[in-house]
Amino acid sequence: MTRARRLRLQVFRVIVLVLGGAFFLVPIGAMFEFSTRGNRVGAPRTLEAWTTIVTYPDLLGAIRDSLGLATITSVGMLVLLLPTMIWVRLRLPRLKRSIEFLCLLPLTIPAIVLVVGLSPVYRWMAINLVDTIFLLSFAYVILVLPFAYRALDAGLSAIDVKTLSEAARSLGAGWGTVMFRVIAPNMSSALLNACLLSVALVLGEFTFANLLSYLNLQVEIFQLGLANAGTSIAVSVASLMFAFILLVILSFFGRPRRRVAPERTGLAYPSAAAGPK
Amino acid sequence: MTTTVAAAGLGTAARAGVEVRLENLQRRYAGVTALDGLSLTMAPGELVALLGPSGCGKTTALRLVAGLEQADSGRVVVGGEDVTGQPTNKRDVGMVFQAYSLFPHLTAWQNVAFGLQMRKVDARQRRQRAGEMLELVGLSGFADRFAHQLSGGQQQRVALARALAIQPKVLLLDEPLSALDAKVRARLRDEIRRVQLEVGITTLFVTHDQEEALAIADRVGVMHSGRIEQLGPPTTIYSRPATPFVAEFVGLTNRLPGVVRGGEVDVRGTRLPLVQPDAADGPAIALVRPEAVTVASGGETAAGPLVGTVIATAFLGATSRVSIDLGDLTVLAQLPTSEATALPAGTRVRIAIRPDPVLISRDEAAPERA
Repeated sequence: MTRARRLRLQVFRVIVLVLGGAFFLVPIGAMFEFSTRGNRVGAPRTLEAWTTIVTYPDLLGAIRDSLGLATITSVGMLVLLLPTMIWVRLRLPRLKRSIEFLCLLPLTIPAIVLVVGLSPVYRWMAINLVDTIFLLSFAYVILVLPFAYRALDAGLSAIDVKTLSEAARSLGAGWGTVMFRVIAPNMSSALLNACLLSVALVLGEFTFANLLSYLNLQVEIFQLGLANAGTSIAVSVASLMFAFILLVILSFFGRPRRRVAPERTGLAYPSAAAGPK
Repeated sequence: MTTTVAAAGLGTAARAGVEVRLENLQRRYAGVTALDGLSLTMAPGELVALLGPSGCGKTTALRLVAGLEQADSGRVVVGGEDVTGQPTNKRDVGMVFQAYSLFPHLTAWQNVAFGLQMRKVDARQRRQRAGEMLELVGLSGFADRFAHQLSGGQQQRVALARALAIQPKVLLLDEPLSALDAKVRARLRDEIRRVQLEVGITTLFVTHDQEEALAIADRVGVMHSGRIEQLGPPTTIYSRPATPFVAEFVGLTNRLPGVVRGGEVDVRGTRLPLVQPDAADGPAIALVRPEAVTVASGGETAAGPLVGTVIATAFLGATSRVSIDLGDLTVLAQLPTSEATALPAGTRVRIAIRPDPVLISRDEAAPERA
């Protein structure tokens, strides 16, 4: 590659980065700018919209509920999907296409149709079981299936599941050990990606909650926007920043480990028995 | 590699080999017969190699012993116990796979200790045993390395240590060397044999590489179409093949057209005794090893009934393989390199065939090598 071509490529990269960054940052900057405006023309900038966030008890509750929903949905998705996908890959490969089709199906069904279908079920659960916003996690698990499936499938494809499981089985491991102590630790990035997608989706979900009359973060932001536009925008910026920070944290934990502390796997290093470190 | 584990340590670790019996195993996949009544008895501490082309059923046989697949019928008996219906994790077998199978998130030491942890061996014994096993395969200095920090050969040695650490009744080796380069393969092959003899474990070794099988095994079972065609010591398999398939699969063989008459086969004027003296008269293909072909330069003037032209010479080290064109067929002769170098391409030669007993084949097709 010539020096001129390298330079051109470098310039191209910088331009793409600047344009891409601007695409995301300009709206956020504009939102921040709006949220710090005073209440009248010519008024000085103020953080009042931000400081009043904590004075809305419903808003704090909605944030707490959305975080709870994100956690329950992620756990539910993993419990449902991970063992199923590993089992299908190992024992029932003929079902792979069917499972993939089922998992991708929610993408093709409009949210409103899903809500109409689920509405009687939710009504029944609210009357006969318990009426809590966390019931939404059942619907959210379905909603995140297509994205989580893709992330987990990529992780499973990156390792030799069959050989690893057969090796573990020949060493005396049961199926539970194979799944959770052999396969899962070797697809930690995929698990984190699936969780991240689930969390992002749940934190940004509006249609289900609104139509099923639950008050999650997005519904609360919407209602707040009708009463106090500044605070509504401030909460939106804060939730975007929260998602961004979460992404960075999960990416940090999801990096491939060059070293694993022996204690983390429950096996202490044999300082006396083995050779030099 | 000359690493030796202290006798005391290995003594506590090793378990005497047990007899392994495969009795009339049958296995079919969607109408294709993988195993067709395979029977094999392995003596305690013996290393048996199953050798054969792709699809002959050798890996299926090994996986049935491991419990990774279930037989349609037949029994697997290990140490007198019928384990046919037992799941893999209850069978007490150690296995080394063709593909690299170390758990990537664990270090070499943790990999070796994994099976011991599954057996709830206490931490102190685990440490001692895993250390011994890594020492046995000469990798005690690599205990804290992850799989991606080890070479292919080292990974397979750790896999061997891991399989042996659980003191299995039987060791199963599923083409463990096939992913390695030639030099590492030869070294690790000797290493496996040394460790197997040291531990004294009954071992089933599956390979499509005849050199590997002949070099490492106490007995070799040549498989064809789901059955063992011949089972015997490597020297017997090579020098006294029982069937044309074995003769052609193990080692190189010249297929020379001839006519069977009175318990002999006439190959262009040379009468060769038959391994099967009761063979019916008629046309047949004589299977002659290249080392049974002698060559003399000098064309028409030299001794030997057949005249041909050297067309190529393949250098193999101490010996060379010379291809001689007889007009309508090509004959291979294996000669000392010093003799072969005197026969450049184009040299007219006379060849003779040593009158050793030969096998005949009525089948035109030669078996494919894996």
